[in-house]
Amino acid sequence: MTKMAATRDGYGDALLELANNPKVVVLEADLGKSTKSLHFRKAHPERTVSCGIGEQNMLLVGAGLAASGYIPFASTFAIFTERAFEQMRNGVARPNLAVHVCGSHGGTHTGTDGSSAQSIEDLAIFRTLPNVIVMHPSDVVSTKELTIQLAGESSPSYMRTARNKTPVLYEGRENEIKIGKGIVLKEGSDVAIVACGVMVSEALKAAEALEGEGIQASVVDMHTLKPLDGQLIDNLVSTCGALVTAEDHSVIGGLGGAVAEHLTANTYAPLERVGVKDRFGESGQSDEMLEVMEISAPYIAEAAKRAITRK
Amino acid sequence: MASADELRELARRCRVHIVNMVHRAQAGHPGGSLSEIDLLVALYKTTLRVRPSEPRWEDRDRFILSKGHASPGMYAILAEMGFISEEDLSSYRVLGGVCQGHVDMKWCPGVDFSAGSLGMGLSFGLGSAIAGRLEQSERQVYVMLGDGEIQEGSVWEAAMAAAHHELGNLNVILDRNRIQNDDFCEAQMRMFDIPAKWKAFGWNVKEIDGHNMEEIMDGMQFLSSTNDGPSILIAHTVKGHGVSFMADNPAFHGAAPNDEQYALAMQELGEVSA
Repeated sequence: MTKMAATRDGYGDALLELANNPKVVVLEADLGKSTKSLHFRKAHPERTVSCGIGEQNMLLVGAGLAASGYIPFASTFAIFTERAFEQMRNGVARPNLAVHVCGSHGGTHTGTDGSSAQSIEDLAIFRTLPNVIVMHPSDVVSTKELTIQLAGESSPSYMRTARNKTPVLYEGRENEIKIGKGIVLKEGSDVAIVACGVMVSEALKAAEALEGEGIQASVVDMHTLKPLDGQLIDNLVSTCGALVTAEDHSVIGGLGGAVAEHLTANTYAPLERVGVKDRFGESGQSDEMLEVMEISAPYIAEAAKRAITRK
Repeated sequence: MASADELRELARRCRVHIVNMVHRAQAGHPGGSLSEIDLLVALYKTTLRVRPSEPRWEDRDRFILSKGHASPGMYAILAEMGFISEEDLSSYRVLGGVCQGHVDMKWCPGVDFSAGSLGMGLSFGLGSAIAGRLEQSERQVYVMLGDGEIQEGSVWEAAMAAAHHELGNLNVILDRNRIQNDDFCEAQMRMFDIPAKWKAFGWNVKEIDGHNMEEIMDGMQFLSSTNDGPSILIAHTVKGHGVSFMADNPAFHGAAPNDEQYALAMQELGEVSA
């Protein structure tokens, strides 16, 4: 039985571990129970700032703290970070203040809360901002490790976590996880599937199905969308010659967009993008949503075959 | 401490800098710079604990110009204090200049906040005030808001949070000049009883005439000595104060004087005889 855990718990665990650095502070917007910053709040109330239901204020409180030498971690639902986009742009990214924003409950995978809660554009919008690191880790272990690493970064960041459980992939493999470095989970020479977040385990399932049909697929966990691991993409182009991206996010501007941008400026290879097709979601269970949005493993496998025929 | 007369003379010199900058650039925001400048002069000269030779001194008081378009006023006092040189003032709105169009902490010594988008400075000041408290520092944070600016909803998120966290080290100076970009505030968005709003949000409130130096000095004393929760000094000012044709004139929120108007302004500010 595959061990399952929610990436948001990795975030909560990381904050607790970071607490021994007295400069780490946590900002909440009334969703600490959900984003999992509550553990830090319980242990260190003096270093936790409740901002109420006010995300725009929260990001700039973070900017003020960062400008004063603190390391603020601010979390809310991914969808509500979007409300504070201009604060992130003008107040955080522009002066390059290392405020670390975590958007939990991202993507359609968040499920039954429905379309208003399913951010499918967060990775795209934050990726447009200079200085901002953008990540969407796939499992609880990598989320914890990447969050801990963020505390040592001098630039701001946006990281999306997921509400619901996904397979644990990296137990005991913490040393393989580095901000900005994609991880090759499976090697194959016919096609490369580059995935992020909750879609990484779907990509592994797709690769397994493809193997049954005699197709060897590489699978990469591209947990960092920005800065993109372009070296790894170039390697995949030369070894596989065809690429698929897979994300629980709009096909516009997210991981697929990042890889497409890289390919147009470097070595060409056919690319199929699996993602939410420029539409909004609805209420449903996580697995149902991946089906309805046509982004689950079978859709990735089909996209892989299309990419191969375009070689 | 500087006398009221000395502050008045310094404010006059700053007004000259402001009109010079905007005239030279043929762009910028003279109206709000002229309305705020008496307040800035008093704040920097009587209250703010800063070191011009060490602008990043960690335990300095923080001043956050949230209405960042009124940058000529801030550049003028920064030059008079010695954070930047008088020559730097001619870099206002010029490529590569320390005096960017809106004050920017990455470009100009003595600037603690990169402004330009209204409604952001109070939240940033709130974070700075929390940092001061975490460090058990006595330092104070002063935020200058425009009156039109408080139409931004996020100002009130910050106002509520400041009172909730009982931040006695957080202080606001509101430049109540009654004019915003397009027209008088009264026409754009009536704000009704502004002091009552801040009181209702849990702030200590004092109102002054923002061009009466004695009242301003009292007001600064009120801010620095009132530490049981956040405090706001509502300064009733006249936009464009000090230059007759700019005063109370919405046309000079964001417009530069032509050469003829510039000559008249210099005369009124006592730089050249009539």
